[in-house]
Amino acid sequence: MTASKLKSSKPSTKIESVAIRFAGDSGDGMQLTGTKFTDETALAGNDLSTFPDFPAEIRAPAGTMAGVSGFQIHFSSHDVHTPADRPDVLIAFNPAALRANVEDVRPNGMVIVNIDSFNQKALTRAGYPDDPLPDLRKRFQLVEVPFTTLNREALQGLDLSQREIDRCKNFFALGVLCWLYGRPMEATERWLGGKFKGDVLEGNVRTLRAGHAFGETTELFPVSFVVPSAKIESGTYRNITGNQALAWGIVAAGVQLERDVFLGAYPITPASDVLHEVARYRHFGVKTFQAEDEIAAASSTIGAAFAGQLAVTISSGPGFVLKQEAIALAGMVELPLVAINVQRAGPSTGSPTKTEQGDLLAAIFGRHSQSPLPVLAPSTPGDCFHMVLEAFRIAVKYMTPVIVLSDGYIANSSEPWLIPDVDALDRHPVQFANAPDVGEFQPYSRDAQTLARPWAIPGTPGLEHRIGGLTKQNTTGNVMYDADNHGLMNRLRSEKVERIADDMPPIEIDGPLDGEILVVGWGGTVGSITAAVEAVREEGLSVSRIHLKYLNPLPRDLGEVLARFEKVLLPELSDGHLAMLLRAKYLVDVKSLSKIEGQPFKISELTEALHALHASTA
Amino acid sequence: MSAEPAVKISRKDFVSDQDVRWCPGCGDYSILANVQRVMPELGVPRENVVFVSGIGCSSRFPYYMNTYGFHTIHGRAPAFATGIKASRPELSVWIVTGDGDGLSIGGNHLLHSIRRNVDTQILLFNNQIYGLTKGQYSPTSEVGIKTKSTPQGSIDHPVDPIAFALGCGATFIARTIDVDAKHMQEVLKRAHDHKGTAFVEILQNCPVFNDGVWEAVENRKSRATASLVLEHGEPLVFGTAGEKKGIVFKDGIPSVIDLADDDDPVERGVVVHDERAEASSYAGVLATLQRPDFPLPVGVFRAVEKPTYEAMLQAQVDSAIAERGAGDLKALLHSGDTWKI
Repeated sequence: MTASKLKSSKPSTKIESVAIRFAGDSGDGMQLTGTKFTDETALAGNDLSTFPDFPAEIRAPAGTMAGVSGFQIHFSSHDVHTPADRPDVLIAFNPAALRANVEDVRPNGMVIVNIDSFNQKALTRAGYPDDPLPDLRKRFQLVEVPFTTLNREALQGLDLSQREIDRCKNFFALGVLCWLYGRPMEATERWLGGKFKGDVLEGNVRTLRAGHAFGETTELFPVSFVVPSAKIESGTYRNITGNQALAWGIVAAGVQLERDVFLGAYPITPASDVLHEVARYRHFGVKTFQAEDEIAAASSTIGAAFAGQLAVTISSGPGFVLKQEAIALAGMVELPLVAINVQRAGPSTGSPTKTEQGDLLAAIFGRHSQSPLPVLAPSTPGDCFHMVLEAFRIAVKYMTPVIVLSDGYIANSSEPWLIPDVDALDRHPVQFANAPDVGEFQPYSRDAQTLARPWAIPGTPGLEHRIGGLTKQNTTGNVMYDADNHGLMNRLRSEKVERIADDMPPIEIDGPLDGEILVVGWGGTVGSITAAVEAVREEGLSVSRIHLKYLNPLPRDLGEVLARFEKVLLPELSDGHLAMLLRAKYLVDVKSLSKIEGQPFKISELTEALHALHASTA
Repeated sequence: MSAEPAVKISRKDFVSDQDVRWCPGCGDYSILANVQRVMPELGVPRENVVFVSGIGCSSRFPYYMNTYGFHTIHGRAPAFATGIKASRPELSVWIVTGDGDGLSIGGNHLLHSIRRNVDTQILLFNNQIYGLTKGQYSPTSEVGIKTKSTPQGSIDHPVDPIAFALGCGATFIARTIDVDAKHMQEVLKRAHDHKGTAFVEILQNCPVFNDGVWEAVENRKSRATASLVLEHGEPLVFGTAGEKKGIVFKDGIPSVIDLADDDDPVERGVVVHDERAEASSYAGVLATLQRPDFPLPVGVFRAVEKPTYEAMLQAQVDSAIAERGAGDLKALLHSGDTWKI
């Protein structure tokens, strides 16, 4: 009989939502613990949002603040938009993890500590001059659990070293939490069975169940909690992170367009996982190439596009800017390409594991001369799948590189995802050029509607032609320096990108179609913005909300929408890039709310800004 | 994938309709002519041929070839070519670069495409100067050369393309001369036939910015003494009748000995050329032979077999399909833990 089938004899309290943060040393398995708890929560039917907070170093010295790794999950019986501004519950595996996180916990929240790790040496290493616990006992519900001891007791008799035993204590804690919130544990046990064997498997399962049993029997937890499942649209769901969704979108593009995919990439945080994931799909005919550097990653990919493949390259900010010359060439020769930038906090090396939206202007303008290119941005983890497909659709239809801006927050956070119906995925096989019936092939002849040139690939008799970065004559593609032609070609390429605006869905407005305040957002801020707007509406403010997915060209109806509101607020995790663009293009007094701290917006930051905007007369 | 050509193809089929715009007397004209002469003999349908170049005088090459061509960005042609060949192994991919494009900004990409052994032909036109930008020194220029950017003389030690390619692990390395049509055509054919990266340094004269830097080996009168023709299985002998010389190795150090006309070079200890020598140190010694102390070797230094990148990549795709079955997107999206609402 599995532990989760034991009926609890303690009272349980029904609550609507709770946010839990796991924190410990990077070596303590916080990400794993958080991920497993997330999976169980998803299977229990709650809506959820997660946010991992990784340290930049692989393994900083144990017990120091630099080495603290965190994972936060917010789950609920109703719609969840963000991982929550402040956790209700903190599990801190050592003093450093406590010190790094406890001030974020809401007043009187629950703080569970591994009391075994609270010795003088550890307190000093964490930077505590005195024992912090007496003070915390007054401000929070402090629960002191000897995780290390209990875990060792549970695993007595197994053929494991002390170190291997201690490494399992995070699963003991997971068991406690599964009891505390009524989560099943079958999926975790199944996962363990697939990953480990022998005494390591036995140890982890045993300690998981022991933790659950401890929760049930100890007086430290007088009550358990029930978070009923949420009302969610019917269908089949799975948990998904943004990076996972990008990887699957890349594979799906090959299926949808019926052409082999080539991914060129170079390892960079936080995008490497996409390369790792897609590298496992050679049986889909997808070829991945870990290039020698970012430039080769982009260049090889563009070569593959010339050869007729669905070409995609992925990086983060520092790598993205290295690729710009190659991307500009692809734009100049007019080849289809998807270039994904999973943005991270900069500038320069910056904070690789923190999030930001600071590359918008680089994406739209960061190439020399006139090199306008379409830019798309997913809003949520699951959205990454759909936006990759959309990017390929535009790239192939308009014969252009398309830039996709994700970010570290979307990449690593997870949410339940309604699995798309693959059978309903409309297939539009790529159409390559054939030899003309009459006359010479013209590599830069254009479709009347899209202005796209034909995709003529090597191996096709009669279409032999040369392309290159030099200024070329329209229609023939021959190198030409003539002034009129130069002007014409600049305008044609520009116009081609502009016409993509005719190929977009209309803007969706959440809330009144006109009124006092409009909040405009893009990318990963959608959760915080949505939650903040809902909160201030309940307080009587008239606030509408739009969230842009097409950043270049901007939607045709955007100007008209902006004009219908008295005040426009644009929160961005950057120095106001989009706000500047909208002000310039539409002559609207868009108010920028800028945060560049490597962290997502807190809901409270946004509600404060909305109240201030409402109160202002400007 | 493409039909046998119905009509026999000739050199003219490979000549594009664009006016060739190199300077009068440029060595590139001769290289172009020889490449165009060799193409029909390779047995590759014209539509399967792709020329990829970087930036420089050398890199204008694709515009003059009536094949598929891609004039890319400075130094990066090998990376583009790797993407082309890795995704479409059936194409015949030629990379045209120069001493600046390939060994300065492009050194890194050259290194990696060579070490991966992607089946391409790399033609590096070495004129020891930057021509297109009008006369700056290059990574192969001699120390002390006075150019626009080095009015007091260059202080850079040059790199040798052959030694570089060898260091990268090239499986085929050759050197030829812009004006030696017969030799170049032989080398080009062998480069094409080689399975793997074929690196070919072509000594090329820039009449405007660095005229005569290869004069001794280009000039027919001095060529026999100034160059050493490498032929597999033949002793390393050079010089004119009555003044024959040979190369001997002592403990891996080369030196020159005089030979009488009736001497058997092999009996005199002259090294017999082995382009298939397993130890790359052999070719390494040949690469050190530089004028004026030694004749400059031309021909195939090394030709060995190693699996190619694109073949290994395709093999992984094939074995993945064999082991797991062709990809099923629906199964993939539903894999792992899912739940129904």
